[in-house]
Amino acid sequence: MNDLLLNLILTLDASFRVCIPLIFASMAGLFAERSGVVDIGLEGKLLMSAFIAASAASVFGSPWIGLIAGMFASCVFAMIHGFASITYKGNQIVSGVAINILASGLTMILTLAWFKKGGITPTLQSDERFLSITLPGVDIIDHIPLIGVIYRELISGHNILVYLAFAIVPLVWWVVYRTRFGLRLRAVGENPKAVDTAGLSVEGLRYKALLIGGILCGIGGAYIAIAHNAQFTKEMTAGQGFIALAALIFGKWHPYKVLAACFLFGFLDALALRLQGVVLPVIGEVPVQLIEAIPYLLTVILLAGFIGKAIPPKASAQPYIKEL
Amino acid sequence: MTRDRRLAWINGLLLPLFNVLTAFLATAVVFLFIGVDPIKATKILIYGALGYDEGLGYTLYYATNFVFTGLAVAVAFHAGLFNIGGEGQAYVGGLGIALVALYINPALSAWILIPLAISGGLLFGALWAIIPAYLQAYRGSHIVITTIMFNFLASALMVYMLVHVLREVGQMSPESRNFPEVVWLPFVHDVFAGFGYNIAKSPLNLSILVALFFSLLVWFFLWHTRWGFAIRATGKSNDAAIYSGINPKKIIVVTMCISGALAGLVGVNELIGVQHRLFLNFNYGYGFGGIAVALMGRNHPVGILIAALLFGILYQGGAELDFELQNVSRDIVVVMQGLVILFCGGLEYLYRPLLIRFLAPIET
Repeated sequence: MNDLLLNLILTLDASFRVCIPLIFASMAGLFAERSGVVDIGLEGKLLMSAFIAASAASVFGSPWIGLIAGMFASCVFAMIHGFASITYKGNQIVSGVAINILASGLTMILTLAWFKKGGITPTLQSDERFLSITLPGVDIIDHIPLIGVIYRELISGHNILVYLAFAIVPLVWWVVYRTRFGLRLRAVGENPKAVDTAGLSVEGLRYKALLIGGILCGIGGAYIAIAHNAQFTKEMTAGQGFIALAALIFGKWHPYKVLAACFLFGFLDALALRLQGVVLPVIGEVPVQLIEAIPYLLTVILLAGFIGKAIPPKASAQPYIKEL
Repeated sequence: MTRDRRLAWINGLLLPLFNVLTAFLATAVVFLFIGVDPIKATKILIYGALGYDEGLGYTLYYATNFVFTGLAVAVAFHAGLFNIGGEGQAYVGGLGIALVALYINPALSAWILIPLAISGGLLFGALWAIIPAYLQAYRGSHIVITTIMFNFLASALMVYMLVHVLREVGQMSPESRNFPEVVWLPFVHDVFAGFGYNIAKSPLNLSILVALFFSLLVWFFLWHTRWGFAIRATGKSNDAAIYSGINPKKIIVVTMCISGALAGLVGVNELIGVQHRLFLNFNYGYGFGGIAVALMGRNHPVGILIAALLFGILYQGGAELDFELQNVSRDIVVVMQGLVILFCGGLEYLYRPLLIRFLAPIET
């Protein structure tokens, strides 16, 4: 019984770790899509930021510089996306795809040019990474059954970006639903014309949304490379940007629901890892690929309207063209 | 020239030309940034891709894949659909080809087996596109998102199939057994040797004829059949299409099936053409490359053939760069693909205001 409980807690702990980039990326996507810009490029921004963060952390020997550099790189990509899809009113999906492919190519080319290694950056020393923090009081609470284990394994012992991720979700909710900027953001995604008529800049609001998204994606990418891992490796984001997109849809563009979706998808990922090659009674060997496929399947089913309905912001994917 | 005519020239020729040139220029900047002389790199690239028999063979072999995925993306574009799922459709199409090649009686003639294998690719590619198409048409879910999800589903499915179903007992790597020799498409160098000409060995095989055939077919279908008209009408204006008696929902499903089927043909070149077995990620990158090819080729088969050839040159020339220069690898091609998609797609209208102001100002 205790064994099972510990296993469950460890799986939950692993799901925390894997869902962090999903949280950052999906919150980034939330800002973009709420403002009416579809953001397929989350994956590319995560990848670029992971690479730049790992490179900067390695060169300058500080995870903080890595984090800032990663955020900057991700913002540059977000601005390219904005330039194409807001200023030049190009197809938002096409420019998102461009960003993904560009990031994939540039990271490979630059690792080779800067570090003479194809696809990887130097391994980071422990003072160049974000390390786990042990929260105060672990020793005291440890004696209490159940709560002690949960506190020690689940709540304590993560790096600072993990705590930041969980802090950022209520912040996003507050910004989107309780501030003037949030109201305008939601309005510009639903009815840009009304916002324009009210004398506000549609383009400005969308740029701001993308910039916030760039910052958040940057933190997510940095987490992958310099907190969760200790170097950048080829294609290391492995589709997490797309899972974040799925979580964003699955959570119907609402911060808390998106958080729940991220956690669900993270849990499935951790579960798939844990069940690799395990033979369960009755079921037999679990096909890991099936568990890995569940997030995508669930999203498709939701999109099809078979379990609830996911309705995107009305003006999403439409460039705003002012009447002359 | 009247202003309308000038505008047509700007939109049809100058704008795409400027966009492609900008993408090249941006690639040159990337070269300079990593300390490689872009002119020297271009020379190596062009020699590697076109300078000798073997290189040319490789170039055309890569181009073949890009023709298939480029056509796939283009057909969908004509109906106003963005098929981002070429990657998955190509992957699953390969499964269809492999199933025919592995399980249909190899005693049959190649004249039956090879068309059957090609049909297997077409069918499975179409099947992988039909669900996103149906969901877009009848349930209102966005095709871009569903096709992305289907790419990942395809990848999970194929890993499962290769690890648990198609892998032979005792075999470590997840791949199928070799296909019987009768379904192999002949290599071009073997065909030439049959006529007494000796050319260097390369993976170029008769799939290139399949690619040319389907380019012609797509052209004929889109511009000379009722269905083609219906597809283009739906893409231009949904309302007008409905008004002229076209059912856009049906068109969405049909178009996506055709698009998926075309993408499914990548396996013809890769599997029965070259590798003669099914393995993981044989499709890698061609689905997304198809987007660049279609955008660059302006969704017209002739344009796509040219763009596919260009990307073939870049793939093969990139391999040569990898070999010749220390500082750069063939991944530069991926960068270039990204830049082409950015400048020919996302920033399509970058120069439009400027060109209009200078070449076709509003007459007062």
